[in-house]
Formats: sequence, C-alpha cells, structure tokens
Amino acid sequence: MDSQAIWISLRTALCSIAITFFLGLFAGHLVARARNEKLKLFWDGLLTLPMVLPPTVAGFFLLYLFGVKRPIGKFLLEFLGVRIVFTWYATVLAAVVISFPLMYRSARAAFEQVDVNLIYAARTLGMSEWAIFWKITMPLALPGVMSGGILSFARGIGEFGATAMIAGNIIGVTRTLPLAVYSAVAGGHMEDAYRYVLILAGIAFLAIIGMNAVLIKRRR
Amino acid sequence: MAIKVDIKKKHKGFCLRVSFESSNGMLGILGASGSGKSMTLKCIAGLENPDGGHISIDGRVLFDSDKKINLRPQERAVGYMFQNYALFPHMNVYRNLRCAIKPDKKESINSRIDSLLREFSLMGMSKRLPSQLSGGQQQRVALARLFASNPKCLLLDEPFSALDSHLRERFQVEMKERLGDFGADVIMVTHDRDEAYKMCESLLVLEEGRPVAFGATKDIFSKPETVAAARITGCKNIVPIVKLNSHKVKVPDWGMELELKQEVSEKHTHIGIRAHDFHGVSQSGLNTVSVNNGEIMEGPFEWNVLFETTQETGGESKVYLWWKIAKTGDALQMPQYLCVNPEDVQLLKE
Repeated sequence: MDSQAIWISLRTALCSIAITFFLGLFAGHLVARARNEKLKLFWDGLLTLPMVLPPTVAGFFLLYLFGVKRPIGKFLLEFLGVRIVFTWYATVLAAVVISFPLMYRSARAAFEQVDVNLIYAARTLGMSEWAIFWKITMPLALPGVMSGGILSFARGIGEFGATAMIAGNIIGVTRTLPLAVYSAVAGGHMEDAYRYVLILAGIAFLAIIGMNAVLIKRRR
Repeated sequence: MAIKVDIKKKHKGFCLRVSFESSNGMLGILGASGSGKSMTLKCIAGLENPDGGHISIDGRVLFDSDKKINLRPQERAVGYMFQNYALFPHMNVYRNLRCAIKPDKKESINSRIDSLLREFSLMGMSKRLPSQLSGGQQQRVALARLFASNPKCLLLDEPFSALDSHLRERFQVEMKERLGDFGADVIMVTHDRDEAYKMCESLLVLEEGRPVAFGATKDIFSKPETVAAARITGCKNIVPIVKLNSHKVKVPDWGMELELKQEVSEKHTHIGIRAHDFHGVSQSGLNTVSVNNGEIMEGPFEWNVLFETTQETGGESKVYLWWKIAKTGDALQMPQYLCVNPEDVQLLKE
C-alpha cells in the first residue's frame, strides 16, 4: 500500500480548502451584494462553471493555461521559477478549481439569506462596512458558510479528473488517494484498493456528519 | 430644524416624485402599500439612491444630484426604525446598543448603555436576545438603539405594525411622549389613518408615488381637497357632481340635488360625505335622499349600512351610499330618507 498517497491527499485537501474557503467567501459576498442583475448572472455562471463541466474538461483548460509553454505557466516558470504542471502544486490547483463552486455557492446562499434590513440598520447606526461584515453578516451566515467549507473539503479530497489531467499520477508526488484507487485497480492490487476506498469513504461520511451537525445547530 | 426633500426615482413600474419641507415635530407619510412611502424614507436615509434631486436636514446637504453630493448612510446621522425593528438576532440587548455607540472619551460606553436601558425601561434585560423579548420590549430596544447613535432626525417605518392591536394604542402614547422629548424632526410612515391622526402634526399623503395632499393633519382630515385625500382619510361616500349654481350641485349617482355651504367652482368634480354625517329622517326635505334595502353590518359600537342607490343616468355599475350611526342600545330603526347638513358636504377636485 502506498501510504504516501494518504499524506499527499491530506496535504492537498488542507491547502486547497484554505485557499478555496476565502476565495469562495469573497466571491460569494461580492455576488450576493451585487446590484446589477445581469452582471450577477454572468459572474454566477462563470464561477459555477467548474462544477458543471466534466473535471477532465476543467483539467484540460487548466493545462491549457498553466502548461509551461502557455502564457501563465511560462510567466510563473520564467519569473518566479515555479512549475505548476505535473508537480504537487497542480494537485492543489485542481482541487481548488473544482471545489471552489461548492464553497462559492454555499457562501452566496448563506449571505443572501441574511436579512438585508439588518445590514441597512447597521449602516444607519453608523457601523463601518468592515464591522458590519464581521459582526453582523458573518455570524449570521456562519452555519451556511461552514457547511460549504466542509462540502468543498470533501470534494477536494475526492478530486480525480482534473488532477489526473494537470498533475498526472506520479507516485509520491501527485498520486492522491483517488488516483491510488484507480492505479491499484488497474494494476490488479485489489487489497490496496479496498484500503484506499475505506479511507475515502470514511472521510466522506465524516464530512456529511459534520455538515449536518452544523446545519442542525443553525436551526436551533 | 427642517428636512427638505425633493427627489425623483423610478421604481418598480412607477415614478416616485416627492417634494416636501417639514418643520419641527412629527410628519406623517400616509399612503397605501406600494405608494412609495418606504422608498422615500430609504432615500432620506441613504439606503436607496434617488435618480435625482436634493435632500437636506437643517441646511446640511445629504444628497444633491447637481452638486454630486451623496453621503453614505453612516455619515447622515439619520435614525431609521424598521417595521420589524431589525434588531441583530445573534446579539443580546447590550451588544445591540453597543453597536450604535461611537467611542466617546467623555462618557464611558457602559454608563451610556446603562442610562439608555434605564430611560427605556429595559433594566435587567441587557443579557437577553431579541427573540426572548416581547414585541413592545423589542420596539423599545430598537428605539434605544436609535437614540444611542445620536441621530439628527428619526425615520419610523410603520413602527406599530408588528405589535398586537391591543398593545398598539398604549405604545403610540408612549412613543409620542418619548419623541416629544427628542425635539428633532421625526418622519413616520404609516398606512393607518387613525395612527397618522393621533401621532402626527402634519401629514403628507402619497398615492402612486405622488403627493396628493400636504399640510396640517387636522386640516387634511376635516377639509380634504382632493378625491385621493378624501379616500385615504376614510371618506366613504365620494361621488361625481354636476354644478347647478354657486351653492348647489346635482349628484347623478344618488339621483338628488345637494345644497352646500362651500362655494362650488369649475375645478370641483366630486363631493365627499363621511358615512357618519348622514342622519335618518322620516320626511323628504332639504338634502335628503330616499333609501331602502340597506345591507346592515353590525360593528362593536356602531351600525354600518350600505344602500344601493338608483342612478339617474341608468349606468350599469352599481353605486352605493354608506351610512354609519353610533349604537344607542336599541335595535336599528331603518329610516326612509337620509339627510346631510350643507356644511358636511366636502367639495373635491380630481
């Protein structure tokens, strides 16, 4: 059994949720508070796209953007000396892109269900927008935001398609648990596959339990 | 002390266009739902932007489209009380008040909150969440929170609509006392004419985003000049007229002629008669109309009778006449004729 896969998967999921959480929160707040309905539709479509696209297609786009001969990839390599494709960074990038829409949509819905009159009242009482966000909006949206975070964490750990496209399946570098399952089955090592599957299923189950706990707390 | 408002705003299919200037005291904005009253308040508070115009309080400009001035709500010092009070549900009373107080060296925040709690009879409530308070207590917290932010003027959006009706009158009295001490301008939005009459010295009547009456509350109720103002102040009988001479008109809908105290001009198109200004008589005479087959509705303290009248022109739509009479204990005696005094007939413009 490749125990490195567990470690790589956890590292990837933790790094990607740290990035996705704040990106999704930020985007969700912007779109929830936007006033222009047409712009709102456009951004919502664009930000949700990675969730609707087949992960391999999303991975293809990423490869297209971050490949070493492509503008972004070339820039990163030449000026920062960072190579993305087929390195560990690529597993994080793929997990972030694929799990982002879940976080963004949960955050957006959570922010939208905060009564706008509370925000208005806070403004007329002289509270700064910063204080309003941290003292009013965030605490009231927290259960929805947290459950979004858990969902995207689970999605990030299970990411396969885009990871395979942009990060490859390099043992000890980019082989995450889902890729390890695939490789184990492809190589006929069913005993290993059972173990990987058990770990993944356990994590997924815990995530659902955690999310429900957060949502039940909100109802009280 | 004066609030000057002159704004226009396109909103959901109609154009809001209001302009008024309030002097000291409580100004009421009376109108049906969707007449633009709340939108007017939101524009004053800076929660919505008008398409154009000017808003100032005591000469301090809050909004001016020509001079490109548009203060943020935080800078306007305008207190806004929402229909459901908009108390922060996750904060206790203390923290709700705390949010509205700007740090001030002279007075510590705690002593300021203590004095507010005392002033609004909320002692011992500071640890409670809004959901653990009664409707009246919630309203007092909302009001205390407004005062905590030191506003220059107060805007109240249907302040009593969230209260049970038996509590409403008591809180109206209480609120009137508290606001009397406040001294600055207060604008209150309501759709309830009794509330407007009781609470407000002057009144702006809105209909579909346009002012249809503006002036002292008592004048608007006793002498509404327009059909819209008469309707909103609760005048039940509003019918078109034909001028006969300077003090006499014909009412085709009721098939009668009426003598009035007011002088009739060409501008007058309708008359209004309040339902309780009719009285029953047994003989035909001056300003009488023959009635029969009244539909009776019994109220707790009065009888309401709805008569269908015979239209002289033979029009197809039915016309009615409302009569209201206080209960005297006996059963209602249905009269053959109803009579109205010439001074109780209000001339109205369209």
